[in-house]
Amino acid sequence: MTDIRQHLVVLLAGDSGDGIQLLGSQLIRAAAQSGQDVRTLSDFPAEIRAPQGTVAGVSGFQFQMAAETIFDPGDAADVFVAFNVAGWIKHKHKLKPGGLLLASAEGFDARSMAIAGLAPDETPLEDAKHSHQVLELDVKKITLEALKESALSTKEKNRAKNMTVLGVLTWMYGLSPAAMEADLSRQFSGDIGEANLLAFRAGYHLGETAEWTAYRKEVPQRSAAPGTYKTISGSQGIALGIAAVAHQLGRQVLYAGYPITPASDILHEVARMRPNGVLTFQAEDEIASVTAAIGASFAGNLGITASSGPGISLKGEGLGLAVMLELPLVIVNVQRGGPSTGLPTKMEQSDLLQALYGRHGEAPMPVLAIKRTGEAVDDLQLAAKIAVEAMTPVLVLSDAYIANSAEPYRLPSPADWAPIVPNAVQGQAPYSRNAEGVRPWVAPGTPGGEHRIGGLESEAETGNVSYDPANHQAMIRARAQKVQAVTRFYGPLCVEVGEAEGDLVVIGWGSTYGALRTAVENLRAQGLGITHLHLKHLFPLHPDLKPFLEGFKRVAVVEMNEGQLLRHLRAEGICSPDFIGKTSGQPFGASELQARLAALIPSKS
Amino acid sequence: MTGKDFLSDQEVRWCPGCGDYSILKQFTEVLATMGADPATTVVVSGIGCSSRMPYYVNSYGIHSLHGRAPAIATGIKLANPSLDVWLITGDGDALSIGGNHLIHALRRNVGVPILLFNNEIYGLTKGQYSPTSKPGLHTKSTPSGSIDHPVNPLTLALGAGATFVARSMDRHPAHLREALTASKQHSGAALLEIYQNCNVFHDGAFDAFTDKKTQSDHAIFLQHGQPITFGADGQRALILEGGQPVEVSLTDRSASECWIHDETDPMKAYALARMVGDIRPFGILYREDRPTFESQVHAAAQNTRSIEDVFRLGRTWTVD
Repeated sequence: MTDIRQHLVVLLAGDSGDGIQLLGSQLIRAAAQSGQDVRTLSDFPAEIRAPQGTVAGVSGFQFQMAAETIFDPGDAADVFVAFNVAGWIKHKHKLKPGGLLLASAEGFDARSMAIAGLAPDETPLEDAKHSHQVLELDVKKITLEALKESALSTKEKNRAKNMTVLGVLTWMYGLSPAAMEADLSRQFSGDIGEANLLAFRAGYHLGETAEWTAYRKEVPQRSAAPGTYKTISGSQGIALGIAAVAHQLGRQVLYAGYPITPASDILHEVARMRPNGVLTFQAEDEIASVTAAIGASFAGNLGITASSGPGISLKGEGLGLAVMLELPLVIVNVQRGGPSTGLPTKMEQSDLLQALYGRHGEAPMPVLAIKRTGEAVDDLQLAAKIAVEAMTPVLVLSDAYIANSAEPYRLPSPADWAPIVPNAVQGQAPYSRNAEGVRPWVAPGTPGGEHRIGGLESEAETGNVSYDPANHQAMIRARAQKVQAVTRFYGPLCVEVGEAEGDLVVIGWGSTYGALRTAVENLRAQGLGITHLHLKHLFPLHPDLKPFLEGFKRVAVVEMNEGQLLRHLRAEGICSPDFIGKTSGQPFGASELQARLAALIPSKS
Repeated sequence: MTGKDFLSDQEVRWCPGCGDYSILKQFTEVLATMGADPATTVVVSGIGCSSRMPYYVNSYGIHSLHGRAPAIATGIKLANPSLDVWLITGDGDALSIGGNHLIHALRRNVGVPILLFNNEIYGLTKGQYSPTSKPGLHTKSTPSGSIDHPVNPLTLALGAGATFVARSMDRHPAHLREALTASKQHSGAALLEIYQNCNVFHDGAFDAFTDKKTQSDHAIFLQHGQPITFGADGQRALILEGGQPVEVSLTDRSASECWIHDETDPMKAYALARMVGDIRPFGILYREDRPTFESQVHAAAQNTRSIEDVFRLGRTWTVD
């Protein structure tokens, strides 16, 4: 009898060369296609091929599939697929008591144990049986047997092991084998494509014939809104947003980047998608990528660039120039653990103060944060609208979690998008301002519009160089007022869940969204009064934020740093909240947040 | 339009006697002679005395960041390849803080003349030695004389894969106009080093080459296809011996036996660029035709996808 679950959390772990991320993305696409909601969490080492079999080289991929709308990849796993003992040791605390450990026998042999640092007399699988179900599979043997006719080398055949596991899991979770085979055939061809299909079928048939019905679990379909869907990662969402912006603006977009983890995927995705009206440019360094983007914006394109913390530091000089020139520019910071090279593949939200204050001079710029993959497209569109319509650089904060986190995404209808309309009025002085304080955007090539701009302070109206003290003060204030006025682009202050007043409101921003939302929903289900607010606009803050918070006895901030939004809210005179932070490179889990939030709720006694 | 029509209404604020005045004059005259359109002309600069030039030219202009003008210009040319972009820079701007950007603009062959005003000193920051200063130069930052081996802008450009490498000087207006014209006529990145006198912090650095009395014995004015000769009577010449330039006298041999300048020969260009002593070449050392970066980027971007196709890329499914 099949076990029907509303939620199922699966954790895949093994060597970074085992093809874990590919296996995971195949499964979640199939789950999403069969109507389940899906959220994912990737965890992989910074090294491309970290020492094989070691705990340091473990690559992990966790996902939750559900018959209802979900917000996070789940805390504890129902099923743990361990390609090796190192993966099991590193993450075993994440498997629920009674959960299923599916272990690849080869990865638990004496050699693997030794590499993972276990003593020869240790018995990890036997130990696991005390608290979990354990299913040991000789994945290597099954794979090589399935591929015995193949012309591939043994090394190449071994690479198909993840496909054997994919077959087993496809059967176990009642996913469509035909759809999975079609998807594999689209991606792989030749001998490798053939081998992948054979290994997949071997795994699937094994499930059918071995009578593992005790392990079989199915998640029913949920009723998703009508439309066309695909799964996207956060990086893909940002790339799609860039494509969308070119369409809305009707001008070319220059996306200029320099390789840096975890922002590089945006460059890869835009280059792969080849959208109309978007050029990509891999510059010689971070400084060149931001300045080329500024050059493009001066020439009437929209320049967009992205990086991660250290790269944003290098771009800082360019950001000051963009503020001074009052040109549109969108900068995406895919945050990672810092400072310096820090934890390049891990998540952190520790560049907020850099985004807000990390420039020379009085250089305010709008800052907004993406809270989840599914909103990346909309957020890029909003950032570009503000940048172009207010003639200002806009900084968008993402992070390593969002970059790699996949969700089903309903394709939008481009016909519904409002155009982005620049202040392209001609015949006005280059630093004249309209009612919103926005200067005109007149690009080279426009007859009669000739003007010179630069990093030296501009005279109001003319833009000519000016060292006049009163002019400098007035221009600083004009630039600041223009940025403050971008709140006209904001929607209403949006409460995720909860009431407009109460004992506790918790404020998050960025990728803590999923875990925080889940934690708040769970606490509310227990009857606790708690409201969840997730800030999209970090500068300028939403004008309704302060009055809204006054309806609560207590405010808490949740973020992946040592208190950056906390300091910002204090500095802006909004409130002085309680703080829940974390900087381990690992995201918050919902149950962890639930416990820490519950501790803040005033006792009703 | 005349040269004067290409001057903006802004007061020029270089020191009296600065070589930049001559360069600005020849530049605006060349714009007029070449029939430039102010609406499509863009002057891009970095930071330094030279880089103030965009403010003085009646066209579009952007005075950007120290060293970053090549990257700004690359962005402009990618955005709109039809614009006539000029890049103004100096020895500190192009060769020190902006060295990386210069190398990459040259090897990519971005279609921009790069006018490198070389005065072998930092002027706007009031007199520190620059990456082109000769060793031993006494400046505010090197009171005991500088130690650094100087960078040679021309060998650097050739090494970076530049498709046009030339040299001229502020005090020879006709030669400078010719060199500016040739650099603009070149479709790709054109590095034009211009010896420019800083009369405040490094006066006379190039006198041997620019002074009418000494010029003929120190400056070789290259002409493609012509023998390399110099001297007051035109009787001094060069031959190549084992890849090295050697001076000979035309009293001993005919001009046709001398080194005939071939601006398409990279090895000969390198030998000329290496002449950093008392005798130095001026004019076009090297020129080759190679597609510009912006033309290749735009050509490669032809098979793009509609916004609908971009969103539908990959595996999609439909819920009714």
